[in-house]
Amino acid sequence: MSGRKTERTLIVPLSAPILARHVKMRHDSVRERWLILAPERVLTPDAVAIAVLRLCDGTRSVEAIARELEQTYNASKERILGDILPMLQDLADRGVVTA
Amino acid sequence: MSAARTPPEPRAAVGTPIGLLAELTHRCPLQCPYCSNPLALERAGAELATEVWLDVLEQGAKLGVLQLHLSGGEPTLRRDLEEIVARAAKVGLYSNLITAGVLLTRDRLERLASLGLDHVQVSIQDASAANADRIAHYGGGHARKLEVAGWVRALGLPLTINAPVHRQNIDNLPAIIDLAVSVGAQRLEVAHVQYYGWALQNRQALMPTRRQVLDSAKLVNEARERLKGIVVIDFVVPDYYARRPKPCMGGWGRGSINITPSGKALPCHAAETIPGLVFANVRDERLADIWLHSEAFQRFRGTQWMPEPCRSCELRAVDWGGCRCQALAFAGDAALTDPACAKSSLHEAFTQVAEHAAAQPAPKFAYRNPRAGAHH
Repeated sequence: MSGRKTERTLIVPLSAPILARHVKMRHDSVRERWLILAPERVLTPDAVAIAVLRLCDGTRSVEAIARELEQTYNASKERILGDILPMLQDLADRGVVTA
Repeated sequence: MSAARTPPEPRAAVGTPIGLLAELTHRCPLQCPYCSNPLALERAGAELATEVWLDVLEQGAKLGVLQLHLSGGEPTLRRDLEEIVARAAKVGLYSNLITAGVLLTRDRLERLASLGLDHVQVSIQDASAANADRIAHYGGGHARKLEVAGWVRALGLPLTINAPVHRQNIDNLPAIIDLAVSVGAQRLEVAHVQYYGWALQNRQALMPTRRQVLDSAKLVNEARERLKGIVVIDFVVPDYYARRPKPCMGGWGRGSINITPSGKALPCHAAETIPGLVFANVRDERLADIWLHSEAFQRFRGTQWMPEPCRSCELRAVDWGGCRCQALAFAGDAALTDPACAKSSLHEAFTQVAEHAAAQPAPKFAYRNPRAGAHH
């Protein structure tokens, strides 16, 4: 992808988010935790964020991700969507995920 | 039983470094009067060999470093930049090329990208080409930078535009923000000049008024809202007009290591201005030993070293006492409270220096080059 961005990416249930190309999520063996590396930023995602981001492959929709997590978190899809939509929107605004 | 042992000095808990700033060279075609390099620039002949840098990257990764900033001077002057980038990728460091851009070719940038370069930061001196070239003292530089920024995006690399601001370009801040958007930067750093080294030499030529600083903060806040999701704007505020000091480097010896072209490991850019501090060299010592035990990194680590009013301040572990080099430059002692803090007895005088400098006509720049620096 090249050129300038002119619009904010909005994350909706049918969006299929993926980590931005320049962002790396990796397990750090020194700190023994998952980290997100971005320009001039290191984010320390919590357990939910890690679970969600590992499912963000650019083909699964946010809705599908929420459905997959229903059992893990023993919560309804709607409830999970209510949590992860704002989280993914925030990550999109910070350039961490695209959709 | 023998005499009781002397209890060890209370030592600050040492964290893990996040960032490694590799100043690959102090050579640079530009001569920006606010350069963060020291006045006494290191010579090409003193620069570390390729193998030493490669080894430092491996050591850094093992120590827990996550981000590698390849800087200078102008890092693209090093012909081994490709090897360095490749090694960073191999050991899992997130690599950031901090460049003026003017010496890059598209081919070389493409090669660096294919070797695993993660991010490029291009500096601009203004949105006006004529003024930018005057500030950098390099004709045609601005146009080259814009061309390089275009290549960065065309190659799919993320781009940060870094824009140092001061009294001679701050009124163009709206145009600087527009420029960052138009070249497709994901990130813009609007960085008020920090007054050390070259910038301290040029303080009167650079210092904005309080009004200009406040206006710039307002403008950045508005732009952040308007450009949400398009460009992330980081804002580095100048501390001369502040009430509280900046947490310089996120705290001394807390998260960053700066390595000079000749291999000295510093807790910050300007640390060499502090008399009496001895800096270990990566040619002689392991990075982990330097980080954990060297006198220079231990000297102002944590809060034990603090005098009053820092020692009992509720913000001591927030701003870490501000900046040691500024305390030295203004108060004459690196262990005193940063004069940027309103609790410092020198704070009023400090603010007055800025107001006075900003009210005077701007003198000519003392451009950054080895000849000018040799006098200091």
